[in-house]
Amino acid sequence: MTVTPAYQVTHLDELEAESIFVMREVVAELERPVLLFSGGKDSIVMLRLAQKAFAPAQIPFPVMHVDTGHNFPEVLDYRDRRVAELGLHLVVASVPEALASGLVRESADGMRNRIQTPVLLDAVEKHRFDALFGGARRDEEKARAKERMFSFRDEFGQWDPKNQRPELWSLYNGRHHPGESIRVFPLSNWTELDVWHYIARERIELPSIYYAHEREVLERDGMLYAVNEFLPARAGEERFKARVRYRTVGDASCTAAVRSDADTVEKVIGEVAATRITERGATRGDDRVSEAAMEDRKREGYF
Amino acid sequence: MTTETFAPGDASDARAGNQARPMDLLRFATAGSVDDGKSTLIGRLLYDTKSLFTDQLAAVEAVSAARGDEYTDLSLLTDGLRAEREQGITIDVAYRYFATPRRKFIIADTPGHIQYTRNMVTGASTADLALILVDARKGLVEQSRRHAFLCSLLRVPHLVLCVNKMDLVDFSQEVFERIADEFTAFAAKLDVPDLTVVPISALKGDNIVTRSENMPWYEGPALLHHLERVHIASDRNLVDVRFPVQYVIRPQSTVVTDYRGYAGQVASGVLKPGDEVMVLPSGFTSRIRAVETADGPVAAAFPPMSVTVRLEDEIDISRGDMICRPNNAPAVAQDIEAMVCWMDETRPLQIGGKYAIKHTTRAARAIVRSLHYRLDINSLHRDESAAELRLNEIGRVRLRTTVPLLADEYRRNRTTGGFVIIDETTNRTVGAGMIVEAA
Repeated sequence: MTVTPAYQVTHLDELEAESIFVMREVVAELERPVLLFSGGKDSIVMLRLAQKAFAPAQIPFPVMHVDTGHNFPEVLDYRDRRVAELGLHLVVASVPEALASGLVRESADGMRNRIQTPVLLDAVEKHRFDALFGGARRDEEKARAKERMFSFRDEFGQWDPKNQRPELWSLYNGRHHPGESIRVFPLSNWTELDVWHYIARERIELPSIYYAHEREVLERDGMLYAVNEFLPARAGEERFKARVRYRTVGDASCTAAVRSDADTVEKVIGEVAATRITERGATRGDDRVSEAAMEDRKREGYF
Repeated sequence: MTTETFAPGDASDARAGNQARPMDLLRFATAGSVDDGKSTLIGRLLYDTKSLFTDQLAAVEAVSAARGDEYTDLSLLTDGLRAEREQGITIDVAYRYFATPRRKFIIADTPGHIQYTRNMVTGASTADLALILVDARKGLVEQSRRHAFLCSLLRVPHLVLCVNKMDLVDFSQEVFERIADEFTAFAAKLDVPDLTVVPISALKGDNIVTRSENMPWYEGPALLHHLERVHIASDRNLVDVRFPVQYVIRPQSTVVTDYRGYAGQVASGVLKPGDEVMVLPSGFTSRIRAVETADGPVAAAFPPMSVTVRLEDEIDISRGDMICRPNNAPAVAQDIEAMVCWMDETRPLQIGGKYAIKHTTRAARAIVRSLHYRLDINSLHRDESAAELRLNEIGRVRLRTTVPLLADEYRRNRTTGGFVIIDETTNRTVGAGMIVEAA
């Protein structure tokens, strides 16, 4: 913590203090929290904050990965390494297993973003989780700009944006009936740039795909996608090599890369500071469906 | 507004990566309606600080064009929900972010019309500053007074009145001063510690980032300059030590043994190793052995730090207890006098009603003993015949709690003086309370 003699802290310290407060509230007031850990930078920062909130004790809750089966291998490696280092219990909610058991069906376009939701809700019910930490930030998307820190979900996991609990001061209301749950977003007030500054300050290691690397890609809808088994090239689509990095990490079939030479955290910060396109706008095919694509998925229980 | 007029501002390097000096954080609430140009102002601040992204602007332009708007409706940037866009209204508080090299800003953008009290109270509860907009052509309206009153009720330390659309009154000093004088006179009747009035044109960019050449008679700062420099460090209470215990850390480990730390966020005051402290409600005293974070011990803890406090003596302390000083402690009180803002549309607050209370990290149940009056927030008239408080109504109540609250007056301490009221059946947050007196 950078403390000046005038008893002042920086904006990063203040954001960190707020997130730690939120995490401690959840553990104090709810019975079975779980942290959604995708191996993406936001969930990695969340995990660091959880470490800080309960030190020198262990993180007092498990982590859960909703595995679409369309993974970047670098991210899976990172996930397993991190979980082992911290001695955490990892719950995997598997979309491939849910497809095999008939819980969900593959969507026509092959994208697994939307069918993650029932898989997530099924795991929540099975493990009786009553609080789910998510790494969503309000600056990401406009439906998320109206999200609460403690966001109530009914017994179907649904979000009702018009009927949210008012949230005043730092008094968070986590009360719920059995079967209902609370989604908790400790990074609500962080921006993409704040996250990167924090990664730099805390020297947090990220999966390598966040930094510039050479990769075989194809261009689709104006975005660059990695060529892999989940995303074969369509007729007329040309494969080519490009130097890219990922701004977000999601399902490998709908997350695009951006052209970049930023191979260090400092260079990424410079790039993020200069960019004029939001991270989801630049890299997420799933948000391009409609003006309200995110809101509709969130209503159904998406994170 | 046409997008052509939306020329890039010159708050250059606003999003630059490496800051020469540490940035701090200012949270502010905006109040006003679309008609006052609030969305335009927010759009302008975001745009001029390069916090508005091209894909966001393109999406808004597309929707606006499809609807046949004559200008790009920047309220679409903040009206994120489907129902809001369909009905052209703002339903809920939206949070927006921008930064300059000096400060990071969090805007709680509260709608002007619908549910204004509930949303304004929510947005103002965490705000360091509130920004109220009026249209220079119309002057103060009922809504401006309501917003000023709510800011004073919530003890927002800094208030800024933006007299907008100055371009439409020929940048008239006389018009500006008439509005400024009228508002200043009204604010004097309220509890407004700091008031700044700025003549602006959000659309044309006058006095937003730089001083306007169209208003040479105005000697004050441009709005962004004021937001960047308004002194907020002294707003914190560094005198009264209040540390609500949030969680007790006791590692179940063979490596770390006999560790017992009290985790929480400092509400006010400064805690240092060696300080004598008292723990409420037990009243036991001890000394601070260490103040720790995950990064190691610190020499002092103060708001808004989240830390872990360890004491010299083994005392039974649990969540909801409060660490303070023997000669400076909050009231340990079950009879609470408070101003309450009611936020539930289905059931009004009623005398004799029983509710759950959340105050600092403490939970209690409470019964409404009496409702002294309901306040008309337009006239400030007190209606003593009121028997209930409905949605968006504010009144003075007396509560009796099942367990003592460790409470300060809200005007002295926004953290230990505020509480929320929760319906025990629906679990919804139905009211916000500000303690006037605790005994």
